Amino acid sequence: MGMNIVEKIMARASGSARVKPGDLVVVGVDTIVLYDGNFFPAYWRELNSVKNPESVVVVFDHRVPAPDRTCAKAHDVGRKFVEKFGIKRFHDVGRDQGISHVIVAQQGYALPGSVLVCSDSHTGSGGAFNCAARGTGGPDIIYALAKGETWFRVVETVRYDLTGRLQHGVSAKDLFLHIASRYRDHSNQNVEFGGPALADLSIDARRTLATMGTELNADFTIFEPDQIMLDYVRERSQNPFEAQYPDADAEYADRRTIDLDAMEPLVALPGKVIGNAVGVSEVKGERIHQAFVGSCANGNFDDLAIAAEVLKGQRVAAGVRFIVTPGSQAIYRRALKEGLIETLMDAGAVVTNATCGACQGGHMGVLGPNETCITASTRNFSGRMGDPSARIFMASPATVAASALTGVVTHPGEFLRGGRHAQG
Amino acid sequence: MLKGKVWIFGDDINTDLILPTPYIYMPAREQARHVFEANRPGWINEMNAGDVIVAGRNFGMGSSRPAPLALKALSVGCVLADSVNALFFRNCVSFGLLALECPGVSQLFGEGELAQVSFDDFTVANCSSGKSLKAVPVPESLISMMQRGGIMPLLESEGFIAPRTAAEELQQSAQQ
Repeated sequence: MGMNIVEKIMARASGSARVKPGDLVVVGVDTIVLYDGNFFPAYWRELNSVKNPESVVVVFDHRVPAPDRTCAKAHDVGRKFVEKFGIKRFHDVGRDQGISHVIVAQQGYALPGSVLVCSDSHTGSGGAFNCAARGTGGPDIIYALAKGETWFRVVETVRYDLTGRLQHGVSAKDLFLHIASRYRDHSNQNVEFGGPALADLSIDARRTLATMGTELNADFTIFEPDQIMLDYVRERSQNPFEAQYPDADAEYADRRTIDLDAMEPLVALPGKVIGNAVGVSEVKGERIHQAFVGSCANGNFDDLAIAAEVLKGQRVAAGVRFIVTPGSQAIYRRALKEGLIETLMDAGAVVTNATCGACQGGHMGVLGPNETCITASTRNFSGRMGDPSARIFMASPATVAASALTGVVTHPGEFLRGGRHAQG
Repeated sequence: MLKGKVWIFGDDINTDLILPTPYIYMPAREQARHVFEANRPGWINEMNAGDVIVAGRNFGMGSSRPAPLALKALSVGCVLADSVNALFFRNCVSFGLLALECPGVSQLFGEGELAQVSFDDFTVANCSSGKSLKAVPVPESLISMMQRGGIMPLLESEGFIAPRTAAEELQQSAQQ
């Protein structure tokens, strides 16, 4: 039998002819991404040497600009690390600031067929680029810096073949919620996406799906390469790479086909994502205090664009705080040039600088006791975005924006113009 | 071999419940005071060193935060679950918290029963009922790292990082 994509990348990176589920592999790491969280004293250890400084990327994202002295100190430790080892790919507060997974995408750091580690759990985002990217722990990063390698346990893979096309206003987030609801968790499994629908699935949409693979409890989430993705990476990177395709006789734990035309807006109820999503109509009318669009999953340009389309010419409901956090300053600038920021702000949304922000409950939109929020971000766990008593509904950016306008959970359909397939 | 009193937790115990966000950048001893405060307030005062957490599916799903470190700071003896999130599991290896995936374990125990766990043959036994199950075997290299306190002691012994100073050790006292 042949190998699937993750198995091929693991085989190459571990110097083996083939690997199979159950194997423990030690692999060379092509790219190591650090973020501000690595540099807090509870996590960080000063290194005497770094095996390959060229493989390192440092991005400050979770709490930027520093909201307090503890964070400011961690940033200082990070800057000293960058200086000590001459790290060239450094994204400090400023023009090239952003959420690490978004930066990794827009700079072409996640190369097809390569191995990338970062100690943020949503690192799987890089899987959109056919990169075996995975969240590890903080100590794994220090180990990879020192030795240039890490370990993985190879697990079985579920293959999703996507067909059809998402209707306008239905997003990759809704597709994710469908998968989490219908197929539930993917513990000890990789997820591989492919199929004809990729032709109409933007890079942003793929990144949303790959990022949310973490919330399926999947190990690796990875996409089959296509021309759109290869062109995107080549426009951003001069480095050579070898994209990996699944063998024709690759083995999968299961193969599932999803028709994107059949997707509809969904909402995950508070507390957990898996097996917890319902149609918008089932929670219609639920009153909200805060709405949020942002994070590594939904701070993309596409996400800001659909939110602006929903909001255009209208006002956010009284008593609702609508917070929009672009995934990077580059996305922010593009949205500014294209008029989206003005549309959002005229409607009453507050647009923050690029950061993880409210998604992680760290700053810029922390929820108070017993508040209700609807969010287009990564998690709806109790206490995720602030007080443990706050309730968090999770949905697409379009559904979140529509809900911000009415003050209650609302289907985005009535606020969207254009045809069924007006936008990819 | 490890023996400990069992505390039962359900499915989908995520890292935000184990280690709530406001405390993730604090020293481990401070983190330990907030474990499970949203889903099981007061548990940290009821449990004792060496106790065993038994849970259902997807234990530890969520973020890369050092949730195992917070449990280790509470001196949890071992985590057993029907399934364990892969990132949480590797953090157990890296921080030196014993954890095994053992399908069916959530049905093997009742709250307060006594568990006996062997890391040689991966047998999980209920001393109260006499019933036992096999956990998913963990490769020797990973069990060894778990038992020896994780990655940091290894990197220290190999000279890649300096051991913590006495002052740093005091600040992070519950860590390694």
